[in-house]
Amino acid sequence: MDASSALPTENTREQTFRLWRGERDEGEFQDFKATVTDGMVVLDVVLQIQAEQANDLACRWNCKAGKCGSCSAEVNGKPKLMCMTRLDQLPANEPVTVEPMRAFPHVKDLVTDVSWNFEQKMKVAKFQPRAPDAPDGTWRMQQADVDRVQEFRKCIECFLCQDVCHVLRDHHKHDEFIGPRFITYVAALEMHPLDTADRIPALKEEHGVGFCNITKCCTEVCPEHIQITDNAIIPLKERVVDQFYDPVGKLVKIFSRRSTNT
Amino acid sequence: MTHQPLPIQRGFGETLRRDLWWVSPLIVFLSFSAFLVYGTWAAFQNAYYTYGPYLSPFYSPEIWGDSHWALLGPKPGWWPTYVPFSPALLILPIPGLFRFTCYYYRGAYYKGFWADPANCAVGEARKVYRGEKPMPNALQNLHRYSMYLVLVVMAFLAYDAWEAFWWLDMGGNVHFGAGLGTVIMWANLVLLSGYTFGCHSVRHIVGGFKDRLSGQPIRAACYSGCSRLNAKHGSWARWSMFSVGFTDIYIRLCAMGYITDWRIF
Amino acid sequence: MTGEYETVEHDVLVIGAGGAGLRAAIEAASTGVRVGLVCKSLLGKAHTVMAEGGVAAAMGNVDDRDDWKVHFADTMRGGQYINNWRMAELHAREAGARVNELEAWGALFDRTPDGRILQRNFGGHKYPRLAHVGDRTGLEMIRTLQDHGIHQGIDIHMEVTIVALLTDGGRVCGAFGYDRERGRFHVYKAAAVVMATGGIGRAFKITSNSWEYTGDGHALAYDAGAALQDMEFVQFHPTGMIWPPSVRGILVTEGVRGEGGILKNNQGKRFMFDNIPDNYKSSTADNLEEGWKYVTGDKNSRRPPELLTRDHVARMIMREVKEGRGSPHGGVFLDIAWIKEHIPNAAEHIKRKLPSMYHQFMQLAGIDITKEAMEIGPTTHYVMGGIRVDGDTQMSTVPGLFACGEVAAGLHGANRLGGNSLSDLIVFGQRAGEHAAKFAKANKKYTIDPAQADNAARAALAPFDRTTTADGPFQVQEALQETMHANVGIVRNDADLRSALATINTLREKAANVAVRGNRNYNPGWNTALDLPSLLTVSEALTRAAIAREESRGGHFREDKPDKDPAFGTFNFVITKGADGEMQLKREQIPEMPANLKAIIEENK
Ligand SMILES: Cc1cc2nc3c(=O)[nH]c(=O)nc-3n(C[C@H](O)[C@H](O)[C@H](O)COP(=O)(O)OP(=O)(O)OC[C@H]3O[C@@H](n4cnc5c(N)ncnc54)[C@H](O)[C@@H]3O)c2cc1C
Ligand code: SF4
Ligand code: SF4
Ligand code: FES
Ligand code: FES
Repeated sequence: MDASSALPTENTREQTFRLWRGERDEGEFQDFKATVTDGMVVLDVVLQIQAEQANDLACRWNCKAGKCGSCSAEVNGKPKLMCMTRLDQLPANEPVTVEPMRAFPHVKDLVTDVSWNFEQKMKVAKFQPRAPDAPDGTWRMQQADVDRVQEFRKCIECFLCQDVCHVLRDHHKHDEFIGPRFITYVAALEMHPLDTADRIPALKEEHGVGFCNITKCCTEVCPEHIQITDNAIIPLKERVVDQFYDPVGKLVKIFSRRSTNT
Repeated sequence: MTHQPLPIQRGFGETLRRDLWWVSPLIVFLSFSAFLVYGTWAAFQNAYYTYGPYLSPFYSPEIWGDSHWALLGPKPGWWPTYVPFSPALLILPIPGLFRFTCYYYRGAYYKGFWADPANCAVGEARKVYRGEKPMPNALQNLHRYSMYLVLVVMAFLAYDAWEAFWWLDMGGNVHFGAGLGTVIMWANLVLLSGYTFGCHSVRHIVGGFKDRLSGQPIRAACYSGCSRLNAKHGSWARWSMFSVGFTDIYIRLCAMGYITDWRIF
Repeated sequence: MTGEYETVEHDVLVIGAGGAGLRAAIEAASTGVRVGLVCKSLLGKAHTVMAEGGVAAAMGNVDDRDDWKVHFADTMRGGQYINNWRMAELHAREAGARVNELEAWGALFDRTPDGRILQRNFGGHKYPRLAHVGDRTGLEMIRTLQDHGIHQGIDIHMEVTIVALLTDGGRVCGAFGYDRERGRFHVYKAAAVVMATGGIGRAFKITSNSWEYTGDGHALAYDAGAALQDMEFVQFHPTGMIWPPSVRGILVTEGVRGEGGILKNNQGKRFMFDNIPDNYKSSTADNLEEGWKYVTGDKNSRRPPELLTRDHVARMIMREVKEGRGSPHGGVFLDIAWIKEHIPNAAEHIKRKLPSMYHQFMQLAGIDITKEAMEIGPTTHYVMGGIRVDGDTQMSTVPGLFACGEVAAGLHGANRLGGNSLSDLIVFGQRAGEHAAKFAKANKKYTIDPAQADNAARAALAPFDRTTTADGPFQVQEALQETMHANVGIVRNDADLRSALATINTLREKAANVAVRGNRNYNPGWNTALDLPSLLTVSEALTRAAIAREESRGGHFREDKPDKDPAFGTFNFVITKGADGEMQLKREQIPEMPANLKAIIEENK
C-alpha cells in the first residue's frame, strides 16, 4: 500500500536544455541551465525557463496531461508531447534538445503555424447519418461496432503524425496529401456505423492516400497509441482497391447485392 | 490562404535522433537480402527438394517435375531449352508477389532498401517522391489478387504437411510416422498460416469492408481472428520467411546426405 | 488610431471556443446571421477537451426511473437551493435533446446492450445519468462540435485574446483583441457578443486548469458593466494528482469512483463512511457491500459515500490530512485496484473504462492503477460564479452581451454536480446562440467609439514601455496564486480573506508595473502580463463575496462559520463595478419558485 516506494526519488540536478530560439527563417539553438528533478516532464522545464529566464520563449500548452495535443515538439529528435515526456526517460548526462515541429512553417521558438491542418479537415466531406432508427430521432448502435471508430476518435490533434510523415516533412506534398491525421479522420467517418457518404474517390485523388508508403512512422509517434497505419490507412487503401482495382470483387458484390456501406 | 515557407529539408541521414536509428533498416536490408539470395539459388537448383515424405515449400505445388509430387508429370517436351526449368520457378512468383506487395514488406523495404525514409524523422536523399499513387507503384494494389492465389498454394502446403506423416518403408507399405522434418514442416505451416490469415486483404474481405458486424457472429469472429493476427503481422512475416527458408535448407541437407533426419516414431 | 486595427464585422461574435462557445456559434449561424468565433488557443484545445467523466442528461437509458424532474431536484440539492431555478429546470428538460443532437452530428458515446447511449453513475446524481465515452467525454464533445461547426460558415479566429469589450451607450457592440502570433490588434464589430470564456482556475496554485483560465470573460463583462454573481463558490475537485510535484493538480476523474474506486486514509480505512451529511443520509449506503452493489448497477442499493458531492468529499480529505491520517505527500489514497476482489480480469476492465487515467498515472507517475492505489488531493476545478444572466435568454445585465458555459452563473448554485457542466454548455450554448442572433437582428445600429479601442491598445502596449526591474508577469501571477490558495481556498476564515484582499491590492500595483521583454510576436511574457488584470479582478470579486457570505454552503466553507445559515439561502451576492471604479457588492433576492417546481423538490427530498 505504500505508494511512495514506487515513486521516483526526488533527485535534484542541473541539466542543459538546448531550445530552438528565433522567428521564422532565422533561428538557432540556445542553451539554458535548469534545475530539474526526475519526476518532471520536458514541458515543466520549458515553462520554468520561460518564467525565470526567458519570458518571451514561445511555446503552446494547455492541459499538461496529454489530452489537448497543444505541446507538440521534437525532443532529442523525436516528435513528442512535451507534457508527457518525462526527464527520466531521457539521457540525464546530455543536453536535451527541444525544437519545433518540422513539417509546418515556423513561427517562433517552439511554435509552428499549424493552420494547414485545419484547412485539410475542411476538405473532407462531413458526417451524413442515415435516417434515425427510432421514432424519437435516435439511433441504435452496438458497442462492438462503435469500438472500431472510437479508436480513431481518441485523436487529440497533436499533429505529431503529420510532423513525422516523410511525405509532408521531407517531400512537402502539402498540396496533394492530407496526411495521416486526416486519413484517420476519413476512416472515422467512413467506418462510422451511421454514416452514408462515400469519401473513397476523394481519398484516392484529392486526399492522396496513395502517397503513403506505409512506413508506419505516424503510428510510432501517436501519443494516443492509435494504430493509424494498420487500422485506418491500410483498411482505407483496401476500400480504394474495392472501388478501383478489384473488378472481380465488384462484380461479385453487385450480384450478391451486399453494399459495403452500413 | 498563403503559407510561410516550410523549414528547409534535412539532408540524407541528418537527424537529431540520438538512438541507433540505422540499425533496424540495416537488419531488414541484410536479412531480406540473404533470403532473396538463398531463395533464388535454391529455386534454380531443381534438385534435392524432396526427402522421404517431405517436399520443400519452395517447390510446392510442383506442377511439372521429376518427383512423384508432380501434378502434371515431368517437364513438358515443348519447354524451350533456352528457358531454365525448375518447378520452384513456376510457383515461387505467387508467394513472391504476395510478399512483395504485402503491406508489411512494403513499409519495411521502402525503409531498408529505398531509404524513403531510412527511418522516422531522418532526412532523405530523394527530392522527387510519388509514393504509390501513380503507375507502376500503383500495381501494389494487386496484393489482393496475389492473396487469392496464395490461398491455393496454402492448401497445397497443408496437404504436404499431412503427407509428411506418411512414410514408405522398404516393403512398399505406407505407414504413419513423424520425423524432425515433419515437425519443421508443421511449424512452417503454422507460421505461414499466421502470416497469411493476418493479411490486411484477408482481414478486409472477411469483414473489414463492412461498418457493422454485429448480428453476423461468424463474420465477426473471422474478422476479430484476422485482426488479432494482423496486429503482429510484421512478426509473422519475418518468422514465416525464416521458416520457409529453413524448411528448404533442412530438406535439402537431408536429401544431400549432409544430415540424417531424426525419426521420432 | 482605429485605422491601424484590422477590423472585421459580424452580427454575433462568440468569445471562446469551448463547448459553450462552439454550440452558441453553431446555433447563431443556423439562423443565418454572420458569426465570428475567437479563442485564445487553437481550435479544439479549450478546457472542454479535458473533461473526462461525462455529460449529464436524464435520458433514462440505464435506469428508466430517471426523468428531468429528478435531474432538476438533484441539481438544486447539489446547489443548496440558491441556483437560478429557471436555468436548472431548462437544463434538466433540454439536456437529453442536446445530447442526442450530438449523436446526429457524429458523436459516438459508449452503448447500452440494446444499442442506446450508455450512462454512468456520478456524485450527486440519483440515477446513472452521465453519457460518456470512456474517460474522454469532453474530447468527443468538443471534436463533434468543432467538426460540425467548421461546415456552418462560421469565421474562426484562433489564438486571439480579447482584452476589452466595446460598448455604445450601455449596449455591447463588439470587442477588441490581439493575436498571439504577431501581436496585431483587431476590432471585431458585432451587434451581439456571446461570452463563453470558461473559468478562473489560474487564480489558484493547485489547479486542473490551463493558462487560459484567467477569468477574462468575467472581468471583461464586469468592466463593460455586467453583474457577476455567486463568485464565492469555487469548486475544489476532491481528486487531483499530487505526486510527483510537476503533475500536482492534474485531474483524476470522478469516473474512477463511479466505477467503484474507494477513498482510504493511511490506516487503510474508508473514512468517507464516518460522516454522511443529513440531507444525503437516506440515499447513501451505510456499509461496504451495498456501495459496491450500487456501482455495479444494482437498482436497490444506495450510493457509496465516495460519490457524495465534491465539496463534501474534498473537505473530508482535508480533514484526514489535517488530522495526520494522510498519505506521504499530503493527500489520501484512491483505490480502484481493489475491485479485483469482486470481478475477474479487473485489470482489463479498468483499462477499458478508464484508459486515459491508466495512461496518465503510468506515464506521469509510474503507477499502475490496476495494481496500486493513487495518491490524490483536492485541486481547483470550477467556478460556479460568473456573469449574471437571464435564465431563458442568457443575456447579461448589459444589453447585447450574452454568456454561457462556465463563465455564466446560476445553474449550479453553491456547488456543481459532476457532468452538469458539459450539459450546461450545450443547453445554454444553444440558448445563448439563438437569443444573441435574435438580438443582433433586432438591434443592428450602433457606433464604435474609436477612443475605447485606443485606450485598450495603449494599456496593452504599456508593459513594453516600462523598464522596472521589479517582478515579472509570471512572478506576480505566482504570488497571487499562492495568496488565493492559502487564504481563499477550500477552508476559509474572515481574517485570511481580509489579508488576501490586502495582498490583492498590493499585487495590483505590482501588476501595473510589470515590464516585458522582447517584441509582440508570440510573447508569453507579454500575454501573461495582459491576463493579470482579469485574474486580479476575479480574485478580488471572489474574496469580497467570500467575506460577505458568513456561513458555509456548497463550495464555500468558512471554518469560523461552519454551519449553513438559512438566512443566506434566499439571495445571491452580486458584484458590479461602481461609478468610481470600486467593486460594489449587493444582495439580490432569489425569485419565488413556481409551485410545480417546489412540488418536484418535495417529492425528491
Ligand atoms: C480536467 C477537467 C475535467 C473536467 N471534467 C468534467 C466532466 O467530466 N464533466 C463535466 O460536466 N465537466 C467537466 N469539467 C468542467 C468542464 O469541462 C468545463 O467547465 C467546461 O468545459 C467549460 O466549457 P466552456 O465552453 O465554458 O469553456 P472552455 O471550454 O474552457 O473554453 C473557453 C474558451 O474561451 C477562450 N477564451 C478565454 N479567454 C479568452 C479571451 N480573453 N479571448 C478570447 N478567447 C478567450 C478560450 O481560448 C477557450 O476557447 C472538467 C474540467 C476540467 C478542467
Ligand atoms: S505510414 Fe504513411 S502516413 Fe504514416 S508516416 Fe508513413 S507514409 Fe506517412
Ligand atoms: S492521430 Fe495520433 S499523432 Fe496524429 S494527431 Fe491524432 S493523436 Fe496526434
Ligand atoms: S499540454 Fe495538452 S497535450 Fe501537452
Ligand atoms: S498485408 Fe501482409 S500479406 Fe497481405
